[in-house]
Amino acid sequence: MNAVLIALLLLPLLGAAATLAPLGADPAAADRRALRLGTAVTGVVLLLTVVLATGFDRGAPSRMQAVTDLRWIPAIGVRFHLGVDGISLPLIVLTALLTFLCAAYSTKRLPDGEGTPSARSFTGLLLLLEVGMLATFAVLDLVLFFLAFEIVLIPMYFLIARWGNGQRVMSANRFILYTLLGSAVMLLGFLLVGTQAGTFDMTELAAAHGKGLSHTTQVIAALAILAGLAVKAPAWPLHSWLPDAHTSAPTVGSVLLAGVLLKMGTYGLVRVLLPIVPDGTATFAPYLGALAAVGIVYGSLACLALALPSPTADSGAKGDLKRLIAYSSVGHMGFVLLGIASLTPTGVNGALFANIAHGLITGLLFFLVGAVKDRYGTADLDTISGATGAALYGRAPRIGALLAFASVASLGLPGLAGFWGELLAMFGAFDPAAGLSRPAFVTYMVIAGLGTLLTAAYLLVVVRRVCMGDPKQPAVVAEIPDIRPYEAVSWTPLAALTVVAGLWPALLLSLSDPAVKHLLGGG
Amino acid sequence: MPGTPLGSHLLLGQPAMTLSAPDVTSLAVANPGMLVQSIDWLAIAPPLIAALAAIGVLLADLFLPAGKKKALGRLTAGGLALALIALLPLARGNTRSTFCLRNVAGATDNPLCSYVADHFALVFQLLALGGALIAALLSVHTVDEERLPGGEYWFLLLSSAAGAALLPASRDLATLVIALEVASLPAFALVALRRDGRGAEAALKFFLSSVTATAVMLLGISFVYAATGSLHLAAVADGLGHAPAQLKPLAEAGAALTLVGFAFKVAAVPFHFWLPDTYTGAPVPVAGYLSVVGKAAGLSGLVLATTIAFRPYGHTWGLALAVLAALTMTAGNVAALRQRGNTAHSAVRLLAWSSIGQAGYLLVPLAAAGYAGTDQPIGATAAYALIYGVVNLGAFAVVAAVSRRAGSRLDDYAGLFARRRWTALAMAFFLLCLAGLPPGVVGLFGKVVVFRAAVDAGLGWLAVVMAVNVVIALYYYLLWTAKLFAPAERVVTDGRLPTPLAATLGVTAVVAAVLSVAPQLVLQVAGGSLF
Repeated sequence: MNAVLIALLLLPLLGAAATLAPLGADPAAADRRALRLGTAVTGVVLLLTVVLATGFDRGAPSRMQAVTDLRWIPAIGVRFHLGVDGISLPLIVLTALLTFLCAAYSTKRLPDGEGTPSARSFTGLLLLLEVGMLATFAVLDLVLFFLAFEIVLIPMYFLIARWGNGQRVMSANRFILYTLLGSAVMLLGFLLVGTQAGTFDMTELAAAHGKGLSHTTQVIAALAILAGLAVKAPAWPLHSWLPDAHTSAPTVGSVLLAGVLLKMGTYGLVRVLLPIVPDGTATFAPYLGALAAVGIVYGSLACLALALPSPTADSGAKGDLKRLIAYSSVGHMGFVLLGIASLTPTGVNGALFANIAHGLITGLLFFLVGAVKDRYGTADLDTISGATGAALYGRAPRIGALLAFASVASLGLPGLAGFWGELLAMFGAFDPAAGLSRPAFVTYMVIAGLGTLLTAAYLLVVVRRVCMGDPKQPAVVAEIPDIRPYEAVSWTPLAALTVVAGLWPALLLSLSDPAVKHLLGGG
Repeated sequence: MPGTPLGSHLLLGQPAMTLSAPDVTSLAVANPGMLVQSIDWLAIAPPLIAALAAIGVLLADLFLPAGKKKALGRLTAGGLALALIALLPLARGNTRSTFCLRNVAGATDNPLCSYVADHFALVFQLLALGGALIAALLSVHTVDEERLPGGEYWFLLLSSAAGAALLPASRDLATLVIALEVASLPAFALVALRRDGRGAEAALKFFLSSVTATAVMLLGISFVYAATGSLHLAAVADGLGHAPAQLKPLAEAGAALTLVGFAFKVAAVPFHFWLPDTYTGAPVPVAGYLSVVGKAAGLSGLVLATTIAFRPYGHTWGLALAVLAALTMTAGNVAALRQRGNTAHSAVRLLAWSSIGQAGYLLVPLAAAGYAGTDQPIGATAAYALIYGVVNLGAFAVVAAVSRRAGSRLDDYAGLFARRRWTALAMAFFLLCLAGLPPGVVGLFGKVVVFRAAVDAGLGWLAVVMAVNVVIALYYYLLWTAKLFAPAERVVTDGRLPTPLAATLGVTAVVAAVLSVAPQLVLQVAGGSLF
């Protein structure tokens, strides 16, 4: 199986290199070939992850499987160490799925506009992005993890800066500067851990569970690592790059940013922070929980402000739908962070579940909002909804239905994917790990509960304003085409998996639970 | 000759003649043959070959007809390549030393040798000679197109390279100063070779600041000599430890002045003002040469002086260098950030300021070495210098290629990808290596080892300052990278790249790419002690 895991990383890398090769004299034909190449490569990668998942020994998800462990840079003790367990496997499959769907979607609907470069560059960057995302979840060496963390920056920067719209260059700069400052600080934390413990190997460090690291070292390292990962996650108040990046990014950029890149932060918290510097983590857990609770309420309130009609008629594009979904991500990631901060198996399992659920649901939401934006030429809620509402139910019933479906999934309707993760995260906060202040965490839980109400409120407002309304009212765009075949192809898997994960949560929890207990217990 | 004062054996500038013993009686030894110094020619081969090639080029220039002057460039490249090959046998064997006061049979750590070819020396000789070779390849078309006097140009380049190669192997303060001057004096003339006002002004600024530095350094060295009675680095360290109390202030002042001199040479803040003007005034390959080889020379001298000679004061200069490193990187990066794309020569100017920032990073492991009292972190400086040398020369090669037709403003790089696909990709790769972001993996790992040195030594604050600086630097490197892929502002018809230029670009890009896949090749120098 380890060959499969290596192939997963190598294949997109080769694909990205292949887009540099001459693909024909005619630029249009070369672009078509490049897009097809991208779809083929990401499709094969997805198949390989399915092979990996079927070959995964579900009886022992806490054990690292498909392991490769080679010397890479002996001079500084960096090893080429790969492996998957029950925590990383679902994220790898999710990454491959979302990238494939984005590649397939792009063959028909490539972002265009003034100054947009060729589809070849787009494919190359998308594949490079996939390398970085998959590598983040597959590597087991701290320095390699940092490397993978950084690989995604350049492709995502260019996807936003060149294929985006609006204030795209500024948003892209903001994105990369925030993340880079965070990850540079994170690297310092890694180096501190590595030099004090004498190894960068994540499995060894996790097994030691903080032994050999003094309390001071752990606190400093935990602070540095937490700061870096919290920017990526993003945790309030380090989230301010996110709404801009999402607003400017093209649809596929937003889908991958929300669906995968944010998960890299929370995955890092579970994989690195909890097991490697447990004492330091316990010191900061209450603060992380507080930030998470604030983030939940803040995200929901920001969304609510965006969802409600602007009081002034000409206040510009204030109710941007993409921006709204981006803020909702801040809220949802708040639940993930709250689950992690509880330091209990329940909470962490909930966090991991919410991670996947958020990837599926928000990916779908960004696709849908992107489609709405394509059709209307704007994502401004006030413009789209007009006086009574955009009436997608009447004018494009399938898109309307899917949007309503994704919204209720996002607000955590029982029976859909969004429900379990947030429930478990709050449950974890209700009974936090020994040594954490229970009253504080119960307070966070209550605040988070308030957040779920606000989430329900703004999502229902969005559904009312976009899906309902009078189809006869004069609209910005006369004819709204309903769902197109390529859109149906790229959205159906996400919708289906949302239902599956909602009805059969054990599918994911049985994988993550033993692995989480292993990481938390250190045994 | 036991019992004679050590200092009296040394005539300034003539380490080869250290056996001119003052007292006649000591000549009456049983075995006079022992007094004839045996020179290890293999050990001194790298700088010697470069120096001989310099003389060869000067002579050949007299006899070659005007039409065949192009052969001089080939001769230079050949000489430098030969000097590089001469490093190979040294890298395999044990540390060799020569020009020793006393030949101790079988001893490898004889403290009284003036020339030692240990790993540290070899790594910096590789950097000096390799950097000079790349700069020579880069110069071939510049000498041709700008009608620079060929014989002089190649002679000066080779002389300077010989000095830069001698410097890391020298182990006494006199040889150190002479090597440093051999490296820098030809460089003034190289900068001035372009016969326009800017070249002359640049050379004058460079000359004045450099000569001041040398004067200050010589004063410092004379103090140190007075206080310790020796010029050999190891003996100085010993002498500083045992200096009588009334000589302590003198010794400390001497050490401080010597370090100030070296700080000038590496263009550390506040002695950096000459650098941007010098780079913009010089021909582009010379600017590239100065940024890598000139910097390497100053840096290796600083390393030798601090970690060997002034080791007893380690904690003091460690802290001083840490502050200097923080100031240097911040000043360099902030100034680089302020460069505007539409001003003349902004590309070279940005590289100049960013090289000041990079010099700050190079000082970090050195500071860590002093702070922690071990020479372990020096490997990180060496590794980073090698990586920086390759990618910075690559970036200068692109600047040379672009400034031939389009111009040397940052804005002239807009749309380079559409005009010259591979040049633009190579430039993007070099810039990302300098910034330390994947796919420039080797640049990233260079920064990782520097960070590690700082964290290891307990200089956490310096690591944080450097982290902030890396982000600042990333911003301007990234803006430049993004420019390469932007739509072109105007149409420029570029001809074919001259072969030497294309070769330089190819070599540097391939080396950087190979190192990105296998960073161990260069990072092994950071693995242990180099001395």
